[in-house]
Amino acid sequence: MAQARKARPISPHLQIWRWGPAMLVSILHRVTGNGLAFAGLGLLLWWIGALASGAEAYQTFLDYVWLGTGGGLQTVTAILGKVVLVGLTWAFFQHAASGIRHLILDVGAGYELETNARWSSLTIVISVLLTIAFWAFVLLR
Amino acid sequence: MGNGTSIGRVRGLGSSHEGTHHWLTARLTAVGNLVLIPFLIVSLALLPDYAYATVRGWVARPLPSIALILIMINTFTHARMGVQVMLEDYVHEEGGKIAAWLLVNIVPFAAAAFGILSVLRIALGGA
Repeated sequence: MAQARKARPISPHLQIWRWGPAMLVSILHRVTGNGLAFAGLGLLLWWIGALASGAEAYQTFLDYVWLGTGGGLQTVTAILGKVVLVGLTWAFFQHAASGIRHLILDVGAGYELETNARWSSLTIVISVLLTIAFWAFVLLR
Repeated sequence: MGNGTSIGRVRGLGSSHEGTHHWLTARLTAVGNLVLIPFLIVSLALLPDYAYATVRGWVARPLPSIALILIMINTFTHARMGVQVMLEDYVHEEGGKIAAWLLVNIVPFAAAAFGILSVLRIALGGA
């Protein structure tokens, strides 16, 4: 038996494989999904809970997440809030586009190398364009 | 259940006794979210302003309040399954697995209950 020239990687991980669109989109699917689950649903509950609690609680929510009216800490969280909200909409569009791709893969289509790479890249293009379109509509109308 | 042959194991749905239920439910709730979340974000984008009365008035209407209750059920079910798969991949210690099992089986239900109650308070509570 020929000996292996040097130690083989036992458990190949991210740093071993050559990066490709499908790999990137798979990782993004998990990252965006968990981001939406923790940050997205957390914000959704704060928003609906504040709305149910009354005008004052809702104003507090707005101040911390978007307006920063109170100054101090709110100035910082209002910047973070905008970044998080834009990030969450992108995460939703990315997770949705990638999820639709998964539903198509589930029926057995789209496994040809070129097709697979093209659809993977396309999910990122779609999610970025939809994010820009969404916020352009909200902020510019 | 199974007698050790391949068909016997399939009939018993494998060692987890759940078969493809988890996988299918993840897909089903994914399709639900593809309808519900665009409805939410498009509706929010179309609101004339984000004042308390405007937003609360919108939530209190029948279709939005039904959609929001469904969102509480559907997104938390979907998120619970996704987070569970993530934890199964990365948590290997016994203690961590127990903590993950508790997290995945308690937090989403408590969170969804809070969300549903909030929607109901708005929908049924008047102005």
